[in-house]
Amino acid sequence: MLIRTRELRKEYSLGAHRVQAIRGVSIGIDTGEFVAVMGPSGSGKSTFMNLLGCLDVPTSGDYELAGEPVEHRTPDELAAIRNRRVGFVFQGFNLLGRANALENVELPLIYAGVAAADRHRRARARLAQMGLTDREHHLPSQLSGGQQQRVAIARALVTDPVLLLADEPTGALDSRTSLEIMALFQELNRQGITVVLVTHERDIAQFARRIVSFRDGLIADDRANAAPGDAHRLLEESAA
Amino acid sequence: MNLWLTMRVALRALAANRLRSGLTMLGIIIGVGAVITMIAVGAGAQARVEDQIKGLGSNLIIIMSGSVTSGGARMGSGSSFTISEDDAQVLMREIPELISAPAVRGGVQVVAGNANWSTAMFGVTPEYPEVRQWGLLSGRGFDTNDMTGATKVAVLGQTVAKALFGDTDPLDQVIRIRKVPFTVVGVLERKGQSLFGQDQDDVVLVPLSSARKRVLGGLQAKQRAVNTIWVKVREGYDMKVAEGQIRDLLRQRHRLQPGQDDDFYLRNLSEVLQAQEASSRILTLLLAAVASVSLLVGGIGIMNIMLVSVTERTREIGLRMAVGARGNDILTQFLVEAVTLSLVGGFVGIVLGAGGSLAIGHFAGWRTELTTSSIVLATGFAAVVGVFFGYYPARKAARLSPIEALRYE
Ligand SMILES: Nc1ncnc2c1ncn2[C@@H]1O[C@H](COP(=O)(O)OP(=O)(O)OP(=O)(O)O)[C@@H](O)[C@H]1O
Ligand SMILES: [Mg+2]
Repeated sequence: MLIRTRELRKEYSLGAHRVQAIRGVSIGIDTGEFVAVMGPSGSGKSTFMNLLGCLDVPTSGDYELAGEPVEHRTPDELAAIRNRRVGFVFQGFNLLGRANALENVELPLIYAGVAAADRHRRARARLAQMGLTDREHHLPSQLSGGQQQRVAIARALVTDPVLLLADEPTGALDSRTSLEIMALFQELNRQGITVVLVTHERDIAQFARRIVSFRDGLIADDRANAAPGDAHRLLEESAA
Repeated sequence: MNLWLTMRVALRALAANRLRSGLTMLGIIIGVGAVITMIAVGAGAQARVEDQIKGLGSNLIIIMSGSVTSGGARMGSGSSFTISEDDAQVLMREIPELISAPAVRGGVQVVAGNANWSTAMFGVTPEYPEVRQWGLLSGRGFDTNDMTGATKVAVLGQTVAKALFGDTDPLDQVIRIRKVPFTVVGVLERKGQSLFGQDQDDVVLVPLSSARKRVLGGLQAKQRAVNTIWVKVREGYDMKVAEGQIRDLLRQRHRLQPGQDDDFYLRNLSEVLQAQEASSRILTLLLAAVASVSLLVGGIGIMNIMLVSVTERTREIGLRMAVGARGNDILTQFLVEAVTLSLVGGFVGIVLGAGGSLAIGHFAGWRTELTTSSIVLATGFAAVVGVFFGYYPARKAARLSPIEALRYE
């Protein structure tokens, strides 16, 4: 079991007011799963993802990642977990605007302390995997939205994490580009990486093999998707 | 994350906002430039005084004719010729720790060939060069024969030698001092400016007796009177004691009653110089302190811009943290950026400060001294300013929570 949470809670206090974003979430996710997280706006999906990715710490409850408890870690230890075990993909890409594609992909390796030659090699390989070999020296502003998101995915994968977290990765993309991104995720998942993906759209969620629905900070529904779509096939069909 | 990479990130961030970085640096540039220039000016003034002290010797007393009345109104020193050659001789005889050199002075016109120069003539005794610590560049000084025979020989100061003879050797040439022919037997070393800014090399020395008999003649009211007696006190002998002894002896010889004012004027020149040195040292410190204030203001500018930068780049910080940057990585990144700002500004400031002190030396004619220590000091100070004023914004960045930073709009 890659992910195991027990009664995970996250509370925000806005002055005297308290907001319970997550109110006791217990879930287990195995290595190699492809999970879509759905739910209405404000139901706690992003909060849950941020907790899984160690970007945020829970108010209470337990979280084990790859068999190791994550609570009571120092900020530096959490940084190391984010660096080595988790890859993030965001809706807004979050690329460094002044760095080219290659440098953006190298960033996690820099913080991992990887030597320059090795860094370039690994970053290039990931960009090639994303079909962006000829875009290595482009700045984000010189790339399309889909290309930017693929740079971001290359960056998320460059440290060979066990878990890929994507918070509405297709939210800013058109339907065809979204399909391309989903095809990528499916391909990566087939290669063994665990994917957890937050989305609003049922069309996107149906590419996952398991769909978890959130409502008011709790899991309202959790079921396997017996017949997930094949994004790659859909792409080819629409091209034909 | 290694330092070289951090440097590159910092330079790129600074280059992205060239105008802003430049303006921020301007504060440091002006601060460092001002510190360097002001220290150079102060050190120059100090070095000038130190040179004068060296030139003068630390043990020189000058006795001048004239008196200081009890009311405070001073008669022009040297105007009444109250001291004499005999005073000088008695001083030397009675106080073995002293060597004295009496001198008369006259403004004269000196002619050599068709060159013509108006200068000061000093009638002096053979002891004069030793007492003034003023060596000869060539030729000889005066001896007792010159004194007794009132020979018509002269020793030229550098300025006069240049004015009359240019680059040719003045030795054995004949000059006319107030139309009286003198043979040049020596040339003095360069002495430079006096304490009061006069050119000390604009001078002709002749034997005291010759000055009286051949040149000044009847103009001199009292035959044995002199304008000045230079006194050199033996090294290690207490200057205050020497001063007291000289004063007592002169008062006794001049038959002054207790309560009556001295009819001579006695000055320990090295004391004046030491006071000047002290004040020029204080001046240097003061100038440096004032200039440091602008460096401080520059530092506040850096802090201000770094705070803005941290706020602007909150999302970038969040992203870096999301992919694994630790607080320390972020801290170093912003600190290096601040220190880069201040060091680059510091180097430009050093160049400008060096140029500024050269310009002041050139155009204002002040002596300026660019010291290595001031450059090291300014560079160090700039770096410290960068670290000090960069630390708070950098720490602020490092303490951001990754998720809040990522969400920041
Ligand atoms: N930093 C915060 N401070 C206060 N409240 C917060 C904060 N972050 C989230 N919340 C609240 O927690 C709840 C869950 O937010 P979350 O972002 O997880 O929702 P979401 O399911 O991702 O919504 P969306 O689909 O709109 O992205 C919301 O009510 C939100 O207002
Ligand atoms: Mg969300």
